[in-house]
Amino acid sequence: MLKLENVQSGYGNILAVKGISLEVNQGEIITLIGANGAGKSTTLLTISGIVGCRSGRIFLYDEEIHTLGTDEIVKRGICQVPEGRHIFPELTVQENLDMGAFMRNDTQQIKQDLDYVYSLFPILSERRNQDGGTLSGGEQQMLAVSRALMAKPQLLLLDEPSMGLAPLIIKQIFEIIKKINLENNVTIFLVEQNANQALQIADRGYVIENGKITITGSADSLLSNKDVQKAYLGL
Amino acid sequence: MFTLQEIKRSLLVSIWFVFLTFPLMVIRVDSIEKTVQWRWMNMVYVAIGSFLLSFVFRYMLQRKEMKSDDNGDDDKKDKTGRSFIHQGLADPRYRNIILGSLLAVALIFPHVFSTYQTSIMTTALMYVVLGLGLNIVVGLAGLLDLGYVAFYAVGAYTYALLYHFFGLGFWVALPIGGLLAAAFGILLGIPVLRLRGDYLAIVTLGFGEIIRLVMENWGEFSQGPSGVSNIPRPSFLGIDMSLDTALIYTYYLMLLFVIFTIFFVNRLQDSRLGRAWIALREDEIACQAMGIDKMKTKLVAFSLGAFWAGIVGVIFAAKTTFISPRSFTFIESAIILSIVVLGGMGSIIGVIIGAFILILLPEYLRALSEYRMLAFGAILVCMMVFRPQGIIGSIRRTYTYKKQTDGEVS
Repeated sequence: MLKLENVQSGYGNILAVKGISLEVNQGEIITLIGANGAGKSTTLLTISGIVGCRSGRIFLYDEEIHTLGTDEIVKRGICQVPEGRHIFPELTVQENLDMGAFMRNDTQQIKQDLDYVYSLFPILSERRNQDGGTLSGGEQQMLAVSRALMAKPQLLLLDEPSMGLAPLIIKQIFEIIKKINLENNVTIFLVEQNANQALQIADRGYVIENGKITITGSADSLLSNKDVQKAYLGL
Repeated sequence: MFTLQEIKRSLLVSIWFVFLTFPLMVIRVDSIEKTVQWRWMNMVYVAIGSFLLSFVFRYMLQRKEMKSDDNGDDDKKDKTGRSFIHQGLADPRYRNIILGSLLAVALIFPHVFSTYQTSIMTTALMYVVLGLGLNIVVGLAGLLDLGYVAFYAVGAYTYALLYHFFGLGFWVALPIGGLLAAAFGILLGIPVLRLRGDYLAIVTLGFGEIIRLVMENWGEFSQGPSGVSNIPRPSFLGIDMSLDTALIYTYYLMLLFVIFTIFFVNRLQDSRLGRAWIALREDEIACQAMGIDKMKTKLVAFSLGAFWAGIVGVIFAAKTTFISPRSFTFIESAIILSIVVLGGMGSIIGVIIGAFILILLPEYLRALSEYRMLAFGAILVCMMVFRPQGIIGSIRRTYTYKKQTDGEVS
């Protein structure tokens, strides 16, 4: 579905992603794990076109998308949940979700999806008239994920959904991610520092170090890999 | 309330004021007689006055803080107070009555009051439209534009020069002025809209000055600092009008235009584009992730804002019949921006009221003669201290809590 070929990107003089190749298949949960500054978020931002691709190619179903603008990429069904949530603080929960469906015109379907999202996160339904900025961290993350779902993506890019959340809430969010993947057949590309949790729900994983992929394999094989255990799982 | 601490503070304030105003209020040098007068009584007045004022000021401030401290019932009271106008407008029965009576007042205004009053009112209406135009850029899209007056100037000079060189009339120049200003908006927007916040403000400020300086120095094109004079007033089916009738006619024209603008901006706010602007103001990255074309959305905001400014510019040139670069200094931009901020960013009613206050207040404060601007400044400062969200906050900010979820809000 999504294929990166030797992608390089960065900011100013700094090259953060130094030639990454990876592949995401339909219906999978793929996780990209790595330390701070390894280039995880930059990889995601490059896929969604917010950061420019310096060299290499990105394909979505055999179509090159690295030359397109962000809005074009979103139109093709890739939706990102940016790191640090980035909800609209002065819009209500409902309005935030409406913004997610910005590119769509099928009113009936949007209404259904709204109900579905509210059923995934009942707490959001309770707070639908509350400003996004007044939600707690976990609720904001739920809102960010829900908003991305409202865009009806084929591929959901999640950037550190566990950042700054309590373990119990992290667990809840990961369960929902798994559920979204199963129920809606949404392919998920998950970037995480919390390697343990991410690998628990993922099908395959990539480990990124200093802008390069070092280890790759099925989630189980990564969980049992000695190097990964030492560096990222703290075992 | 009247603790020793408070009295001590006010005392300090009054001493400081006495010190500051000492050279102005107390010493008077008579250069002819070569004597120095010491007006000690003035010092006492200043001391007592500033002492009392500082007391009142601090009392009000404290009351305001107390209000915002206990969020429960007081907040609700405050909310109903704030949305009094919104509530009135939400109910269609009241809305028709309010709007109808406002329209009636506006319609008979020039026949009841003098030409002077009508002229001031026309100016105020012009600033209403300017404020609403800038409100698109600043209030909705969140792009701080300090050079808004440049587009106003483009509109005014379009009409003035089109008449001067080609003899084109008001009605032809009106759309051209608007479109040209919008074009300038895009022209400025393309290189500049990558910038954000403070940087954008500075660049737009520079652009405003560039337009003014070009008009000031390009003599053979714009007649330089002496300006363009003898611009005809707006025509109506070629009828010859006396000065008074022409002014009243301009007033009605402006009124019509204000109504049109309010209608248009109101619809715009609720549209898809309006939502995109609000999202852009809130968070750019999230906005992009939602698939909104950032560049295009910003450009549309910029050029639409400029369009209104251009049209008001044409009307301004026609109303005053004379324009010069001096009419388009930075202070104009600052006033228009103050209208938006003072009225309440993103709120149409707020901007309208803000425009009336900021334009009419200095006129009616003329009774205070030389202290006019002092009083004006003091009123502005007080307004911002006590109502930072603007006179009428944007309706988006008023949301309702359900009572049972009140406690869980974190």
